[in-house]
Amino acid sequence: MKKCHKALVAALVGVLAFGGFACTGGSESPTDVVLVTHDSFVVSEDVKKVFENETGLKLRILQTGDAGETLTKALLTAGNPQGDVLFGVDNTLLSRALDGDVFEPYESPALADVDARLVLDPEHRVTPIDHGEVCLNVDKAWFADQGVAPPRSLDDLDDPRYRKLLVVQNPATSSPGLAFLLATIARYGEGGWQGYWRRLRENDVLVVDGWEEAYTVRFSGAAGSRGDRPIVVSYASSPPAEVIFRTPRPTTAPTAVVEDSCFRQIEFAGVLRGARNEDGARELVDFMLSKPFQEDVPLSMFVFPVNREAILPPEFVRFAVVPERPLDLPPGEIEANRDDWIKEWTNIVVR
Amino acid sequence: MSDTSRLWRALTYGVPLAFLALFFVYPLATILARGLRSNGSLASPLDVLTEPLTRDVVWFTIWQALASTVLTFAIALPAAYVLGRYTFPGRDVVRALVVVPFVLPTVVVALAFLAILPAGLERGWAAILIAHAFFNVAVVVLVVSTFWSSLDRRVSEAAATLGAGPWRSFREITLPLLAPALAAAAAIVFLFSFTSFGIVLILGGPGYSTIEAEIYNQAVRIFDLRAAAVLSLVQLLCVGVAVWITLRLEARVAVKGGLRSERDLLQRPRTVREKAVVGGSLGVLALFLGFPLAVLVERSFAVGGGHGLDAYRALARPTTALLATPWEAVVNSVVYAGAATVIAVVIGSLAAFAVASSKGPRVLDGLLMLPLGASAVMLGFGFVIAFDRAPLDFRAAPWIVPVVQALVAIPFVVRIVAPTVRAIDERQREAAAMLGASPGRVRREIDLPTIGRALAVAAGFAFAISLGEFGATVFIARPDSPTLPVAIFRFLGRPGELNAAEAYALAVVLMAVTAISMFVAGRLRIRRNGWI
Repeated sequence: MKKCHKALVAALVGVLAFGGFACTGGSESPTDVVLVTHDSFVVSEDVKKVFENETGLKLRILQTGDAGETLTKALLTAGNPQGDVLFGVDNTLLSRALDGDVFEPYESPALADVDARLVLDPEHRVTPIDHGEVCLNVDKAWFADQGVAPPRSLDDLDDPRYRKLLVVQNPATSSPGLAFLLATIARYGEGGWQGYWRRLRENDVLVVDGWEEAYTVRFSGAAGSRGDRPIVVSYASSPPAEVIFRTPRPTTAPTAVVEDSCFRQIEFAGVLRGARNEDGARELVDFMLSKPFQEDVPLSMFVFPVNREAILPPEFVRFAVVPERPLDLPPGEIEANRDDWIKEWTNIVVR
Repeated sequence: MSDTSRLWRALTYGVPLAFLALFFVYPLATILARGLRSNGSLASPLDVLTEPLTRDVVWFTIWQALASTVLTFAIALPAAYVLGRYTFPGRDVVRALVVVPFVLPTVVVALAFLAILPAGLERGWAAILIAHAFFNVAVVVLVVSTFWSSLDRRVSEAAATLGAGPWRSFREITLPLLAPALAAAAAIVFLFSFTSFGIVLILGGPGYSTIEAEIYNQAVRIFDLRAAAVLSLVQLLCVGVAVWITLRLEARVAVKGGLRSERDLLQRPRTVREKAVVGGSLGVLALFLGFPLAVLVERSFAVGGGHGLDAYRALARPTTALLATPWEAVVNSVVYAGAATVIAVVIGSLAAFAVASSKGPRVLDGLLMLPLGASAVMLGFGFVIAFDRAPLDFRAAPWIVPVVQALVAIPFVVRIVAPTVRAIDERQREAAAMLGASPGRVRREIDLPTIGRALAVAAGFAFAISLGEFGATVFIARPDSPTLPVAIFRFLGRPGELNAAEAYALAVVLMAVTAISMFVAGRLRIRRNGWI
């Protein structure tokens, strides 16, 4: 019995000690700043070091799920946040975040280099950091082989020529799926989008759960895909990715973006109300607008910088399109109608 | 009762209960209370329940889970029988490979199934059931065959001598003896299918949903915490009923049988018929599990229009998809899973002793099962608000990851170890005690060697579960040290050929780590002196 207990007690003490040690390690101190963000956040190691060297603060990154989960957690912990800065709220969720009183206003001096159209909150509770457009992508080779002209706008998609060619994500379960629904609402208006989707349904649009299935399984233009749908909802940055991650690198992008179909998603960062290191949080927001960070976002997160001074990587200059006039809806309108729109869409397209 | 056995009792009950209370009941209760109180008051939550959509979802969740359990058993039981009765070259390898599907991220498996299921079957309820069976075969094979292989066969042999046919001997002797393990496996498969989420959304297509998916929808997309809390309670209720039925079934049919060390009992297939049974059962299993896995392996080599090792070479390099190199993700996964295994085995085997020694309804057993069926989404949110203040400010602590993994692994450890503990021959213990052995010595020299094998299997399975990161691990905050499943998701979520290939290459690495650790666990033996 003795020996058995000793082993047990040792194991328990071990578990508790592990806990206690990690616990003290996890507590806050003014020598670091904690960035709370979603799972898709990436920053290059050397860019992170630039921040740490400039400020003397250690940058800790806490990833708390997808964008929706991250915001839900921020709302649940408003006033007693998990970190100092939250990054990853986009314009489709912005109103909910602002209504939830999650942020402390901070107007970064670095906003001087940012296009004013991207600043959606006049009180500066949030600061735009990047933007990415959700757009229709087409498989150039498929259309060339078939001798069919690829669609040039949303209007073309109900044409019988494009029957059985489009795959989209379910807006109830997918963020690009929702963005594309919002694009059609922005384009055809509160009373017109329903008819457009009825026509898409008649034209055999395929609805799948998420981006992974739509793009890597159903879309014919993704490398290695055995899909048979040459039109997909993806991002404006997908064509350069098709070049960068293909061996050998092609000289032209195998896919193209339908510019008129793009919906703009802007991602924001904000100082969390109740942050333990508020000064550090502000320094971090400034840094996220600075050139080193802004020039890192295209190749790390496949989005576009908001800082006009940031230089785009050559692959983005050659193969990516930044749509001139992307479709857009006010965040308040999205928040007020999102659920009803999704329900209505489900009744029209899925049922 | 002596002091030491009282202390032992307190330990076996107290430690698992305290763990469960702190890391499961407290956070879940906190978020449910917050949810029910939100949007005003504790007003009647019946509106959520009376919606026809809710009824459809609840009904679909229950029947698909039941059907998935039946299908899983149909495919897995013959193999469990073969692995529980026969020894043959490569048996340990088979047992290790069976677990591989179980740890794979659902998205990866769903995409593989979309690629291979014939048109017409590729989406809808049939695809969901097939995928659930693919994941859960491991549970049935391991839980049942581990127990089966240590059943004393002399009873059935005696029955045969007395003229009982094989079917009668199976029905009247083997089945009642096997019942605890069957009930345990059925409960676990049911709960996993019940809370399934990714598989249902992807393979079902639009229009299919489970309670868990609906909870996510309400809590995250609509931010209606009240509806999410009500649905979580409905889910908990269903899970509670399922667990209760299992415990009743187990208690009614369980018969105490002698357990023997496995090596004495396994036999080589001798007759042609026996060889055909072994080959046939394993062949079916190999086809069923092997085909989707082969697709994943093939994808990991698919680069540049042909096949090559590019993706594997890229794994060693820093990537823009992660805050670390993919290999660091492998190391992180192994470290987290190792810590989770230690926690799960310590707490799970304490609980197994408590469960096995109690005479009445095994409340502890049932309680420990609940994390398998509770809403992982809500538990994740619960952690954020329950542990937000000193001295319980654990929200960003790295050790919370293995703790949550252990929460899911503990019921497996209990269910693999408890039937073996229960079956320890009481006469042997009494004889030893009578001969002057202290209770500790009895435990060390009789209990431990008897349960040793089950303990090793449980540890291997706990490790695999932790590698696969089920449930709330996905929903809790983690510092910038990605694990394998996280890394796979990141690569899969980006366009570009190399990213897809790297995702599948990492899935293959995950498969390899799992198979190797299960193989090693299968080879472990606890000797008489208590050492491995």
